[in-house]
Amino acid sequence: MPLESIAEPNYLRSIIRISLTVSLTAVALSTLLSLPIAFLVGFADFRGKRLVTAVINTGMGFPSVVVGLLVLLAISNNGPLGSLNLVYTPEAMIISQCILAAPVITGVALSAVESVDDTVRNAAYGIGGTRTDVALITLKEARYGVITGILAGFGRAVSEVGSVLIVGGNIAYADGTSKTRTITTAITFETRRGEFETALVLGAVLLVLVLLVNGLVLRLGGR
Amino acid sequence: MEYRRREMLGAGVAGIAAAVSGCLGGRNAESDGSITGEELALATTTSTYDTGLLDEVNEAFQERFGTPVAANAQGTGKAIESARNGNADVILVHARSQEDEFMRDGYGVNRRDLMFNDFVVVGPSDDPAGVSETEQATAAFDAIASARATFTSRGDDSGTHTKERVVWNEAGLEPGGEWYQETGSGMGDTLTVASESRAYTLADRGTYLSMQDNVDLELLLQGPIEGGPALLANPYGIMAINPEIHSNVNYQLAMAYIGFVTSPDGQAVIEEFTANDQQLFYPEALAEDPDFQQYVPEGWQSNADED
Repeated sequence: MPLESIAEPNYLRSIIRISLTVSLTAVALSTLLSLPIAFLVGFADFRGKRLVTAVINTGMGFPSVVVGLLVLLAISNNGPLGSLNLVYTPEAMIISQCILAAPVITGVALSAVESVDDTVRNAAYGIGGTRTDVALITLKEARYGVITGILAGFGRAVSEVGSVLIVGGNIAYADGTSKTRTITTAITFETRRGEFETALVLGAVLLVLVLLVNGLVLRLGGR
Repeated sequence: MEYRRREMLGAGVAGIAAAVSGCLGGRNAESDGSITGEELALATTTSTYDTGLLDEVNEAFQERFGTPVAANAQGTGKAIESARNGNADVILVHARSQEDEFMRDGYGVNRRDLMFNDFVVVGPSDDPAGVSETEQATAAFDAIASARATFTSRGDDSGTHTKERVVWNEAGLEPGGEWYQETGSGMGDTLTVASESRAYTLADRGTYLSMQDNVDLELLLQGPIEGGPALLANPYGIMAINPEIHSNVNYQLAMAYIGFVTSPDGQAVIEEFTANDQQLFYPEALAEDPDFQQYVPEGWQSNADED
């Protein structure tokens, strides 16, 4: 059965474009934010390190609707950032997905850095490496863990529905192009309307996207 | 350690089982009061359910017939879809064109007008499009479109969304562009989005009144209840599902329900129902004058083959 018979190709295309744009941007931003934190915490020894790790791990399980609610309160017209007019825009969705993905990326990357065997570090020191060399070696060893973290962050961002529904508002224009309608919010909407075929197509698209991104990143990772 | 883990698992499973049986038990407990040992499945719209009207009506029905009513509240489009699939015995919705199609296709039988309320146009208090100066719904929509003022649409095939499309049609306009935004959400969500976006929207009076304190929206054009244009009337119809198409439906109970809500007793329950001291629904099932249009699709003889 061709897609055209089920749903408007333009509608699907624009929803997928918004979803990917928002989630990829959010993951890129949170990666820039998360990796330095993960490396700093991973390499440094300081008091309260366990507390920081615990906070990061708690953040990994933070409920997305709560993030959505807090972001909405911050950016709504009478909120502290109301003047920026961010409410119900793709930017608002990027903010909330960033907040959701960052702890995931940080947490997974951190455990990857920490799990690099001490023997590797010691060997690196042993052949006369400086601290920088050792750090680079460790990063190289931990790269798969870091990539896994970024992937997990993307998975969390692209498949969550709670926060984007609240801050994005699931808005589409009359011609069927999406303003803030993502694959996930479109699925909830089509299901509620009884358009199960369209919802299923979108669900399949979402699964394929996640698989594609995974495959692509693993390939880049040199596996 | 191994043993402890098994214990935890066991406790978890037991907990889930208890929760599930609790839910099921609750269901059984509810139908314990049933004389017939059955329950009636009613597919309906969010507006009748969210306002609390159905609780009153269904309680009165259960008192009279001893049968509990399981109400499934969705948008009109979804409610009709469930009924087409035979997942309801009786359907209470508010989109005449969709109801007529449902009857023409043979899924619905014995339609009755039940009650009405109305729609209102709401928007930002500074009213950039000048909607408050208009008298007609079409003129109001025309003003919004000309000003390219943001308009938030339900966009979900609900009764309200259907009415909104009728008004655009009557005004001879095809809304589109950056200013026309579909939320695909319920009335409450859509009012919230409209309030934040400083946008206009068409809302049913009941939901707007119940949310008035939480949104920054003014009522700019009244519906017929307060002397506004008749186009904004919001009539509700009730239909039984055709037992010849879906043999699983409980047709007799469905007819008992239709009989009850369109009787003087049932109509009185609707009449006396208030929220915030305001009457939300006006009974419309009974009149001394003949009203044949309520039993069949509108104009069914002149254009029966029209879609």
